[in-house]
Amino acid sequence: MKRLILLAPLTLFVVLGGYFAIGLTRDPARIPSVLIDRPLPEFDLPPIEGFEKGFASDDLRGEVALINVFGSWCESCVIEHPMLMEIAANEDVLIAGLDWKDPNGGGARWLEKNGNPYALVGDDAQGRTAIDLGVTGAPETFVVDRSGRIRYKHIGPITPQVWRETLKPLVEKLKEEGEASRG
Amino acid sequence: MAAEIGQFALIMALCAALIQGVFPFLGALRRDEGLAAIGRSAALAQGMLIAIAFAGLMVSHAISDFTVVNVVENSHSAKPFAYKLSGVWGNHEGSMLLWALILAGYGAAVAIAGYHQSKSYLTSNALAVQGLVAAAFIAFILFTSNPFARSFPAPADGLDLNPLLQDPGLAIHPPFLYLGYVGFSITFAYAIAGLLQKRVDADWAKTVRPWALAAWVFLTVGIALGSWWAYYELGWGGFWAWDPVENASFMPWLAGTAFLHSVRVVEKRGALKVWTVLLAILAFSLSLIGTFLVRSGVLTSVHAFAVDPARGVFILGILAAVIGGSLTLFAFRAGMLKSEAAFDPVSREGAILLNNVFLVTACGTVFIGTFYPLFVDVVSGERLSVGPPFFNATFLPLMALMLALLAPGAALAWKRAELKASVMRLWPALLAGAAAAVLAAWMTWPKPIAAAFGAGLAIWVVGATLMDVAMRTKSFSLPARDVFARAAGLPRSYVGMTIAHLGIAIVALGVLGAGVWRTESVALMHKGDSIQFGVYTARLIDVEELNGANYVAERAKFAIEKRGRPLGDMAAERRYYPVRGMQTTEAAIRTTIAGDLYLTLGEQASQGAWAVRAYYNPLVLWLWVGAGILAIGGIVAASESSVRAGKRIPAPKGVKAAGAA
Repeated sequence: MKRLILLAPLTLFVVLGGYFAIGLTRDPARIPSVLIDRPLPEFDLPPIEGFEKGFASDDLRGEVALINVFGSWCESCVIEHPMLMEIAANEDVLIAGLDWKDPNGGGARWLEKNGNPYALVGDDAQGRTAIDLGVTGAPETFVVDRSGRIRYKHIGPITPQVWRETLKPLVEKLKEEGEASRG
Repeated sequence: MAAEIGQFALIMALCAALIQGVFPFLGALRRDEGLAAIGRSAALAQGMLIAIAFAGLMVSHAISDFTVVNVVENSHSAKPFAYKLSGVWGNHEGSMLLWALILAGYGAAVAIAGYHQSKSYLTSNALAVQGLVAAAFIAFILFTSNPFARSFPAPADGLDLNPLLQDPGLAIHPPFLYLGYVGFSITFAYAIAGLLQKRVDADWAKTVRPWALAAWVFLTVGIALGSWWAYYELGWGGFWAWDPVENASFMPWLAGTAFLHSVRVVEKRGALKVWTVLLAILAFSLSLIGTFLVRSGVLTSVHAFAVDPARGVFILGILAAVIGGSLTLFAFRAGMLKSEAAFDPVSREGAILLNNVFLVTACGTVFIGTFYPLFVDVVSGERLSVGPPFFNATFLPLMALMLALLAPGAALAWKRAELKASVMRLWPALLAGAAAAVLAAWMTWPKPIAAAFGAGLAIWVVGATLMDVAMRTKSFSLPARDVFARAAGLPRSYVGMTIAHLGIAIVALGVLGAGVWRTESVALMHKGDSIQFGVYTARLIDVEELNGANYVAERAKFAIEKRGRPLGDMAAERRYYPVRGMQTTEAAIRTTIAGDLYLTLGEQASQGAWAVRAYYNPLVLWLWVGAGILAIGGIVAASESSVRAGKRIPAPKGVKAAGAA
């Protein structure tokens, strides 16, 4: 009996160690969005300075779209930007921009300087919509399907590899899905 | 050049650590004292070599040698000089080297202080255990986290240190934490040596206790400094977030505190040996897990500055070897440690055991709260986090119970005591506690009544502890001169314990004040607007832009009034560090003994309007003062052990100083 009690700490450690070992294989940066497979929250954002049209959740109805969260203050967005320009020029997918916490026309000036890949841009100066979307940082990109549900969230800049291996196949799959349900 | 010298010294240190880890065991096996003594020389050599390696990295940072990757990634030529130096341990590689330096430093200190105790092979075996641990950590640094790696071609400038980490509080708190964490390697090493020799007795306890106290004092100061840093630097007005990294330093503290109490029973009564040895293993294991938590990607938080699974696997190997190995040895050997005396449940021993149960349970709840998200992720793949409500609901009641029983427990006699009589003698303190609870409830209404009860408990501890001192010195029956003579004759361990118990009561008051009785207000303010918090009012006078050494900032000036009476100005800042693209808040804090005024400047929400948070944190100063008193208690208690050891064994010069270090 005493021997068993003395073995208890070791046993406990082995069990905990097993959990550690498994936990170590998980990627800590993976923060799944609770909104995955849920409808896009309702919003209607005003245009940013110098633009005529804003960006509302209804604008995306029936489209497979990327919603890209950016800001003129965001350094990684500068890195991501050329990739977005390329997607906008060469691929058949709608890109909407959410200008996050970027008051005083910062976003508009930034797009003027770096080029505008967005079909729609909304001004989320207070960050309300970003909160509804569960945005953890910029840049961040949501993939929305034709029925207006969020299907994927990518945290960090879209690199050519991310686009090629993850986002593009997903966008193509969602388009087919949409066609099938229509037909 | 400095980097090459450092690299070479580090490789040599690994060799020295391996020698230190092997020869004392051989010496003990063959009963050859000369062979065992090699461990001592190796420990001293290892200490010197790591010091050289560390100095090499210091020099590289000091002269901004951008041919060293570590300097490129963690420094910048525009950084203030002091932060260039503290940048040495503000990153993963450097902090691991600091860890190794402290480990080797403790080993060298044991080699010096324990020289005359080496006859029984206890100290030489302990040095060997320590050498093996050191070898594992140095290998970890050399193979996965080399701070001396070169960068070619050398960039023109560095990438700066995280501005959040560019702060005097943070510059000094990791060294203290590490001095605490690593200090428990000595208690661990002695526990293993004791198990190997099947000898855990009063001598063992006397040898270990000063080391455990030293580690505990450093850890106490380290945790307090970390909490203080979070309080004034992170700008959310709180002092403790139950963040995994905070918990990682708190768990060894709880286990170490339990050890300090139970080792006293081993020393005085020859009982609780198995339990005490297990606590020594536990305290160091939790210290290692503390490192593991921060260094690997198992749990992430603001502090986790090294997310790299390869390192994690290496650390996991070290953990498995150290913890698994020691617990295996424990399973087979602990049964051979025989208790020398039985004791009554109502006795000092019984009270200490109860204290241990509370501390270890508290440690367990913190452990569960910290790791539960990881378990859930492994089982179901779900991500969640355990917040302060869990800890407050589980940890705080345990602490309340502990406070309630602390004073009468400490006043009980060894072996067998009379509970009723002990408590009855303390009735004035009980009365004072009850009065304090009622007063606190009346003053803080409608804040939670439980907090007022907690304040009553703290006053009860203070009162009963002071009464015990008064009774021991016969303050109520003897003239002043005799009382002072008796007080001067009290054992240092008793004085230390008394100081520490007063310290913990004061910490409790600080926690209640800053945790429960605080007032918080948030407002969107234009110039000229006022915000009310508690009995204070802050009026925003102006917001100006200014340039710092490596940042630009907005500084808001507030005029403070207390019930309409002006108290002068306070200034809060928001800083932006362009190199890292990071923002920090510099809260405006005015500290008084009654409480802190704490103002932070938020983002400019719209043209000419800023989000401002204002807190009044009552008694928060006492949190740090109490922690300081706790540490002083530990130092006083440690001084007795070395004084006594000096009396028992004629010690050569320098031994006493090393023993108290």
